[in-house]
Amino acid sequence: MTTAPYNPLSSKLHDWVTTVDHKKLGVMYIVSGLFYLIVAGCEALMMRWQLAIPDNSVLSPDTFNAFFTMHGTTMIFLVGMPILLGAANYFIPLMIGARDMAFPRLNAFGFWLFFFGALLLYFSFLGGQGLSGEPGAPDVGWFAYAPLTSTTFSPGSATDYWIISLFVAGMGSIMTAVNLVTTILTMRCEGMTLMKMPIFAWMMLVDALLILIALPTLTAIQIMLLLDRQFGAHFFDAQAGADPMIWQHLFWFFGHPEVYILILPGFAFVSEVTPVFSRKVLFGYSLMVAATVSIGFIALGVWAHHMFATGLSPAVLSYFAGATFIIGVPTGMKIFNWIATMWGGHIRFETPMLFATGFISMFVIGGLTGIMLAIVPMDWQLSDTYFVVGHFHFVLFGGLLFAIFSGFFYWFPKVTGKLLNETMGKWQFWLLFVGFLLTFGPMHMSGFEGMPRRIYTYMPGRGLELWNMLASIGALVQVFGFSLFVINVIWSLRNGKLAGDDPWDAWTLEWSTTSPPPPWNYAELPSIRSRRPLWDEKHPEDPDWLYE
Amino acid sequence: MISLTITDVFFFASLIVVYLAYIGKSISGPLPAEVLGLGLVGVNTVALLASSATVVVALRALRKNKQTQFLTWLLITVLLGTWFLVGTGIEWYGLIVDKNLSLQTNLFGSTFYTLVGFHAFHVTFGVSVLFFIWLCSVLGWVQNKHHQNIEYVSWYWHFVDTVWIAVFLVVYVIGK
Repeated sequence: MTTAPYNPLSSKLHDWVTTVDHKKLGVMYIVSGLFYLIVAGCEALMMRWQLAIPDNSVLSPDTFNAFFTMHGTTMIFLVGMPILLGAANYFIPLMIGARDMAFPRLNAFGFWLFFFGALLLYFSFLGGQGLSGEPGAPDVGWFAYAPLTSTTFSPGSATDYWIISLFVAGMGSIMTAVNLVTTILTMRCEGMTLMKMPIFAWMMLVDALLILIALPTLTAIQIMLLLDRQFGAHFFDAQAGADPMIWQHLFWFFGHPEVYILILPGFAFVSEVTPVFSRKVLFGYSLMVAATVSIGFIALGVWAHHMFATGLSPAVLSYFAGATFIIGVPTGMKIFNWIATMWGGHIRFETPMLFATGFISMFVIGGLTGIMLAIVPMDWQLSDTYFVVGHFHFVLFGGLLFAIFSGFFYWFPKVTGKLLNETMGKWQFWLLFVGFLLTFGPMHMSGFEGMPRRIYTYMPGRGLELWNMLASIGALVQVFGFSLFVINVIWSLRNGKLAGDDPWDAWTLEWSTTSPPPPWNYAELPSIRSRRPLWDEKHPEDPDWLYE
Repeated sequence: MISLTITDVFFFASLIVVYLAYIGKSISGPLPAEVLGLGLVGVNTVALLASSATVVVALRALRKNKQTQFLTWLLITVLLGTWFLVGTGIEWYGLIVDKNLSLQTNLFGSTFYTLVGFHAFHVTFGVSVLFFIWLCSVLGWVQNKHHQNIEYVSWYWHFVDTVWIAVFLVVYVIGK
């Protein structure tokens, strides 16, 4: 056998495809996540184009159904999940002073499951059949309520694509979560007790545990639905005596923790960025840990607040409304802790901090509208209107996405060795901020006016024109923000300023190694005495471990 | 291993919750009381529970480096697990052929075969891994560094047994 001639490109590709290095896998997760962010963003843009004026006909009703389904499914499973798993993958071993994850090969396997699950979901655009048998992607909504997804009501194969692709990607997430829990619990460096871990690691630990608890439920009901659709079982067949509510209960038992699975990493990014840019320690570290753990617990007991309009009994309604109010307490604690961290600090408003403050303020609004929706009579009025769409976009866009950008600008120099351009970054922030408010603020108003979600058009003269036009203009403003981001990344990779090991004068372990870190992370495994090992190193006269 | 078990616990919990919710909801027969007997499944249960004990004995022998004892008890564990699977197969054959209960017949059939089937799938996986360990040990491939991993496999085996206790209670006691 002759060896193939050396080809730099194919050998590089071979490196990436066969890697088990947590950093390369992390980068691949994040790059895939950002790619799907653009894809799902385009789907949303098409919907805003369609809804800009009443009785518009840019998208057919079928295509509109497919687009809102794919937009939601993609944003949650192919954008939120991979970016958070990628960030955890990349930074957990660095932050806890380890050389890699506990199970590197399982880690690679998890990524490739996600990768091919995602491809399968998007292949449905070519190979699937929608609700009424016309070619197209899944069009049953991201929560795919059975029995509406049974073969009787959605005969096309697109729903099977939805089931199988998310099943595959979900298995990948479960494996990565197993890996994260094991890594955090067993591979911390010398001196790092649980209460001396970076808060990032705590939040990712709770996050991974939530994945372990919530995702198998989705897997189980997807298997049941597949058995119904392909093998003639009767799990969701009301004619055979099945309960049409069972899917909703089990789906939201997964679905609500999923919301926290998505937002906890956002909390984690902001909790790392805020102290560094306020030049203070994180206020109330142990309270923050307690709040995170209690959010994890309560998140498992609030699922039916997604189902207030389904005729539950008053006792059940009261319980779920109450539990939902209670979850606002630990969340509020976090918000006050971030504000207290900034209070009296020497704040540097560089791009990561801009996005972090944007996160805190927008998340508060999203949280408050969430409390409004937890009031049962109010939810009866607003359920399935654009108010709900506005609410969760404040949480997931103004919350999660701003936190992702905050973390992206903060850690980009560590991953690539180059700083992102600050001017472009600030422009991006303001464009996104204004575009975001303009898009999702008016949705609350059109929701109050009674505009239902997931309907491809609306009639003139119902007081909806202004709010929809504003939202669509906002979406256009966001296009400029996102384009600037892509330009910034490409430009900075070529021409960005060299970052050095520690461009932000930060305190956690990942900044003690080179940028980008070597494959082995640390030549000598670190040993720490406080939560801010780099502060101790830089200020030996006043180390943190004296006070912790 | 513990985290993997947590996630599997919640997977089975979902299946069991659905099973419980659907007890007595089937519109058409055959119903559980008509077709489920306790005889064969009782023997199966004893076999599976016994296999949990034998795997403990096998591990104890392994820790004391008594190779022959370890191999014997491990083989007994594998055989008991296989017995359980064969017993389940016989039970299912009876249900499908004689009693006309399949996945498609009614709600009971759907939930029964899914819950018991997923458990049997886990048993099959466990038996295969235990047999693989046995084979490697006979061939002399198992070294001291592998002992911890064998211990983890035994945890999995105990977990599968525990799930069966829950499934047995739900399907054959509460559900009948």
